[in-house]
Amino acid sequence: FVVRKDQDIYIQTLRKLFNESHGIFIGLQRSEEELAGKSRRAQLVQVSKNYRSVIRACMEDMHQAAISARDPALQSQYSTQVSILSAMELIWNLCEILFVEAAAAGPLLLRLLDWVRLHVCDVDNMVREVLSSENPSKHELFWNVVDVFVLQGRMDEARHLLSKEASTNPTSVNMYKILDDLMKKMPMPSLGNTQTLTEMELKWQHWHEECQRYLQDGTFASNSHMESICKILLGDEDAILEKKELMTTWYHFLVTRLLYSHPTVKPMELRFYAQSSMDLFLGGESSPEPLDTILMAAFEFEMHQVIKECSIALSNWWFVAHLTDLLDHCKLLQSHNLYFGSNMREFLLLEYASGLFSHHSLWQLGVDYFDHCPEYGRVYLELHIERIPLNTEQKALKVLRICEQRQMHEQVRSICKIMAMKALRNNRLGSALSWSIRAKDAAFATLISDRFLKDYCERGCFSDLDLIDNLGPSMLLSDRLTFLGKYREFHRLYGEKRFSEAARLLLMLMTAHIAPCSFWMTLLTDALPLLEQKEVVFSAEQTYELMRCLEDLTAAQKSDKQKFQDEDVETVKVEMLRLALARNLARVIVKEGTLEGS
Amino acid sequence: AMEEVCAKFVSQKISKTRWRPLPAAALHPPDVFATGSWDNEDNRISVWSVGDLGNAGINGEYQGEPQLLCDIRHNGDVMDMQFLDQERIVVASSTGTVTVFRHHQNNQTLSANHRWERAHYHVDQDTSCGGAACTGIICNNPEIVTVGEDGRINLFRADQKDAVRTIDNADSSTLHAVTFLRTTEILTVNSIGQLKIWDLRQQRNEPSQIFSLTGDRVPLHCVDRHPNQQHIVATGGQDGMLSIWDIRQGTIPVSLLNAHEAEMWEVHFHPSNPDHLFTCSEDGSLWHWDTSTDVSEKPSFLHQGGRSTAYFSHNTINHSVVSAWLSNDPTKDRMEITNLIPNQTLSVNSLDILGSCLVYGTDAEAIYVNRQLFA
Repeated sequence: FVVRKDQDIYIQTLRKLFNESHGIFIGLQRSEEELAGKSRRAQLVQVSKNYRSVIRACMEDMHQAAISARDPALQSQYSTQVSILSAMELIWNLCEILFVEAAAAGPLLLRLLDWVRLHVCDVDNMVREVLSSENPSKHELFWNVVDVFVLQGRMDEARHLLSKEASTNPTSVNMYKILDDLMKKMPMPSLGNTQTLTEMELKWQHWHEECQRYLQDGTFASNSHMESICKILLGDEDAILEKKELMTTWYHFLVTRLLYSHPTVKPMELRFYAQSSMDLFLGGESSPEPLDTILMAAFEFEMHQVIKECSIALSNWWFVAHLTDLLDHCKLLQSHNLYFGSNMREFLLLEYASGLFSHHSLWQLGVDYFDHCPEYGRVYLELHIERIPLNTEQKALKVLRICEQRQMHEQVRSICKIMAMKALRNNRLGSALSWSIRAKDAAFATLISDRFLKDYCERGCFSDLDLIDNLGPSMLLSDRLTFLGKYREFHRLYGEKRFSEAARLLLMLMTAHIAPCSFWMTLLTDALPLLEQKEVVFSAEQTYELMRCLEDLTAAQKSDKQKFQDEDVETVKVEMLRLALARNLARVIVKEGTLEGS
Repeated sequence: AMEEVCAKFVSQKISKTRWRPLPAAALHPPDVFATGSWDNEDNRISVWSVGDLGNAGINGEYQGEPQLLCDIRHNGDVMDMQFLDQERIVVASSTGTVTVFRHHQNNQTLSANHRWERAHYHVDQDTSCGGAACTGIICNNPEIVTVGEDGRINLFRADQKDAVRTIDNADSSTLHAVTFLRTTEILTVNSIGQLKIWDLRQQRNEPSQIFSLTGDRVPLHCVDRHPNQQHIVATGGQDGMLSIWDIRQGTIPVSLLNAHEAEMWEVHFHPSNPDHLFTCSEDGSLWHWDTSTDVSEKPSFLHQGGRSTAYFSHNTINHSVVSAWLSNDPTKDRMEITNLIPNQTLSVNSLDILGSCLVYGTDAEAIYVNRQLFA
């Protein structure tokens, strides 16, 4: 019975994040650069949305883990992670609106409203509670929920709730009708091209004045809740600020302010409103947190600042690496300080990918990231890939393939050599040969052949015939290997009693210098049984050749005075050979002389 | 149809995926599969269920998304995996151990039922034994044949402690895969491009036949035999080449088909529809090879290096006619080849096909299921 550690869930969730985002990253690098203008932008926005949905999926997993964790320490760790992921998504979403989509005045406000609605969730429980109660209008938090809807610009929902209150309170029917009407008529920027900004501004001005009139007439004087709502509709800062707890953050305050005082705000104007919103909201009581600083930098369109602050605040490179890469694809980083800009993306990707390589399994993802770092990617890859432990042949094959695809020849040779040595140590000569063929490593093939030949000399027979008999074209990889193959062929021919062919092959091995000098004695000794055959095998010319070889060999041995051992055996062998050769010569001269006559 | 693919990220690199076999009389499509992982400090065998199409999961997940039923720790990388029967799974480890796991369906747990430690091992020059990966497994209940990096072939019986038979040093290179040719004969492929037939009835430790690739001895990584026509064998190589062999004749492949750009890890004939073949590769692609075109098939014996005048309607093509796999010219609109993966990234290590259901796993730590492949 195996019980999984709770901590594993944390790592598991991160792995999903890394793997899924890797797919998106690759897709982005490969995407069509030729697409221009709107379609390219739409494509990039989709990529951004994909990244965010991956972050949200991880948040969900982590949230589930936090709920089901038994250990309270772990529970708090997971909850922290959820907050961090949530902050990441918040920041990314804002960057998507401001930088990737680069929403213009009009749609900008709508996007910001969506953003606030998605991310300020502290009030969701309260909303749910009121809506699901039997008599919402009697709930003590009823007006809070209405306020929330108004603050978030959710007019339809606010009106729906108000209508419930209206039905239970017939005396204020008139008031409700007017408020409802105002809310219904409130002009909102449109996403399509149905109206121009100027048109919208005009409409909005009229509507604003109408609200003003109703407020000043005292229409809502008898109901403080409704009066405050009317003030909010008019963009009264104090009235909005009163609802601080319902907004919970200064950026919610910012968006509400903009909604009710400046719905056609232009992107470049955001910075002013942002700064003042934060000041008003925090009111000198508390100082900005890192998240606030990052968001402020975004509103100020200081992309580099955003990235820098995120790098400091977040303990992982994942976020800044992917976000910066996306912004780079939007061609936003290039218009800034070039030195910093063009290298920042690469720097962050290199850091992130290097981190991946320190993981026993995620290194494979890192390869693709290095691939897309034009300056230093290759160097980093070369250094990191050498450090991957090659515990199995399968893993070595995968690493090899990565190196081969990138023409990293040195690494290919080095890996093959390591694997071939391992195979050799384990006496897997076929495997060792297979690795040297892959690396086209002639030197190693020679080494392996020498092993085979050594085995043969010691045991008198070949091991691994299935290999030697089936070398095929790989035989040509090294001379020694060729010799091995041909030598084995010689033995086969002899076994099949094809003596003249065997003889010819044997001679060729020596005269064509395919055989190493150290083996000549063995070859000549192999010739002995052929010389002793009843039928004459070697022709006169061949015999002369053999004699010459023998003389060459003994001459070489004489000059090599270091060979003390086995001198007697050697001398006997040589004598026997000389005798056999001479006898053969005699027989063959007679035979050839006789044939010539007929 | 490709839209029916369901992906799930599982936080482990998947080395093997296998459908649980269906009982003989089953009418429903396969709904349970097992996966094995690799390159983790903590590798796992996991059993998943793919619900009926049309049901939402408990938490409202995507209908059809695989749900984890149970899993268990596995020591070493999962190198190969086969269902022995409905409940038991045989797993090959990179440590050289072969384990039989039992899936208890009543309480959804997995347990190690039987283990052959050191089924595969090296003896190095210091005569100290190191583990050698077990690379391939094939089962024919109750027999289990395993092969490994040590060039060894083992024949086990499911409940017997010791191997029934072991052929030491059957091959001087790594054996990468094994499959049954007949009930008493097996096929192996190795890292010097050889396909070998072994007759297990014979006591000698030599293959009864050796086939080789022509040209370079590119390592072969996978092998599968045609389900009905037992002389047709497919192998996949390190260079991504698919080779079709007719083992009744010759010692070289009948056709060589260039497809993948990197190692072909698995090749599978469709078990009930063998005009279809599936291969997956390190290059991140999964190819569906379809020789069942409606274009009338010309039997190869009428093929005379040019045009054939005899046409047979598709219906009459049966086992009596030579299979399209052995035709001399596979490029003559006889074969349709489709890459089932639109945005390939990392290696597809394994696939399995049963009925209309395809499951495959990748190094991007994801499992993919398509239960409407032939829709």
